[in-house]
This record gives sequence, C-alpha cells and structure tokens, in this order.
Amino acid sequence: MERTSTGVPNEKMLMWAFIGSECMLFGSLIATYLAYRGRSIVGPYEEELLNIPFITVTTFVLLMSSLMMVLALSAVQRGDPRGSKLFLLLTALLGLVFLAGQVFEFNHFAHEGLGLGRNLFSGTFFLTTGFHGAHVTVGVIWLLTLWAMAMRGRLGPEKSLKVEVAGLYWHFVDVVWIVLFTVIYLMSGASGA
Amino acid sequence: MASEMAHGAEAGGLETAMTHGSHEEPHASSRTYIAIALVLGVLTALEVMVFYVEALSPVLVPILLVLSTAKFVLVVGFFMHLKYDTHILRGLFFGPLAIAVAIIVAMMALYGYFL
Repeated sequence: MERTSTGVPNEKMLMWAFIGSECMLFGSLIATYLAYRGRSIVGPYEEELLNIPFITVTTFVLLMSSLMMVLALSAVQRGDPRGSKLFLLLTALLGLVFLAGQVFEFNHFAHEGLGLGRNLFSGTFFLTTGFHGAHVTVGVIWLLTLWAMAMRGRLGPEKSLKVEVAGLYWHFVDVVWIVLFTVIYLMSGASGA
Repeated sequence: MASEMAHGAEAGGLETAMTHGSHEEPHASSRTYIAIALVLGVLTALEVMVFYVEALSPVLVPILLVLSTAKFVLVVGFFMHLKYDTHILRGLFFGPLAIAVAIIVAMMALYGYFL
C-alpha cells in the first residue's frame, strides 16, 4: 500500500473529490427540475406518465446491486475468487436490468408523445434521469472490466482498492437514484406539485 | 447460484474487513450489509405506501424527505464506509453536498416554492 500524507490512498481521495463534484452537478439538475416542476403548458404531463409500481421495482433492483457490490468488495478483500466473480457479475447484471427499465420507460414516454423538447417536464426529466443513466452505464462497464480481471485471476486482495474505488462510484450512483426516485417520482403525488 | 451467494455472505459474516491506508477502522460484516439492504427495501416500500395513502397527502413531502434521508445515510455510512473513514473524506463529501442542498433550496425559494 502506498504511503500518503493523509493516510488515505490517492485513488480513494480522488474518487471522493469526484463524488463531491458530482453532488453539485446532480444538485443543480435536481434544482432545475424542481424549479420547473408543474410549469409545463402543454402535455403530456408527469402525473399522466410516471409509473410508480414499475419504477419501484427498478429502484429495488439498484438498491440490491449496491448490496452485491459490498459483498463483492468483502470477497475480494478476503481473497475469495469465487465470491468476487459472482458478486461483481451480479452487480453488473442488476445495473443492466435497471438500465433496461430506463430504456423501456423512455421509449414508453416517447410513444406517448413526450419528446425531449416537448415541454418543461420532458426537458428536465430526460436531462436529469438521462445523466444518471449515463453514470450507471459507465459503472456497468467498469464492473464488467473488474469481473473480467477476476475471471483471469488478476483481482486478488492486493487489488482490493480498485474494487473499493469502483464500489464508491457505484454506491454514489445508487444514492443519487434514492434522491431522484423521491423527488421526481414520489413527490409528484404531493398536493400542489 | 443462491447457495454460492449464501456461502459468500456467510464466509464474510463473522469477520471484519479492514480499510485501506493507515486508518484501520473495521468495516461492517456481510451480515450487517444484508440487514442494511433489507432495511433499505423496507424503507422504499414505506415510501411507496405513503405515496398511495390519500390521507397522508398533506404531509407527503416531509415524510418522504425523512425516509429518503434515512436511506441516503445508510448507503453513504455503511455501503460507502464513510462511517468508518477519516474526517477528510467526510469533509470532501459533506462540503459539496451542503452546497448542492443550498443550490436546491435557493432555486426553490427563487421560484416561489416557500410562499
């Protein structure tokens, strides 16, 4: 393990700094979404389109992918190759299921006439959830790369920092969705929204 | 696959993993992670339940904020190990997070949400 003045590995410090910057990026997107919420002057409107039962399932899938991620890190740290491969693959697969759900939802919205520039809701909704989806896509590619390393026997306990840093990114993507699920989907049912 | 998952979870159940670097705080065990995931699932179910209860409509936003904050704290504290990490990392996360929250509150105020 490299020695650093803070006692924290540089990669981990860098990832937390990146996550901090991402907080402000998503904070701005959420602020924009909230500022324009309920101000569309042409339909279709959010209350006509948002499918809460469907998105609850995909939310649960993403939450469980976070569990698989911590179990993958534990497996790598204790030198369990079988567990490492299994949990990394499960994390990536659950991420892919979430992405498939998002593609399905976007397609459904498009069929209902909600294009990107249709109204204020569509612009802010697609921008915010699309940015999140792009982050999930990057995470899935990263996880599959780690899984390929594990399959070749190149992901022993000495490489656990790589998995820990990828895990930080993946959990952050999950945390962002926890907020988006509440703000975009569930708060659409608030009176006056 | 299920048996492999159980094996993997149990293998880490009694042990504690160590963090990197010089801050040798123990992480939670695999059993703790599974328990936290269950709590996250229950909190999500509660959020959706609250959404559908007509009588709770006037207090929907505060209830949802409390529930989602609880989920947020659990993932950041345990899954991201921030509970066990140094104050430097906490500062790197909570500083920008405070700015993000301030941006959201300021925008909502500008657009008359609190009037």
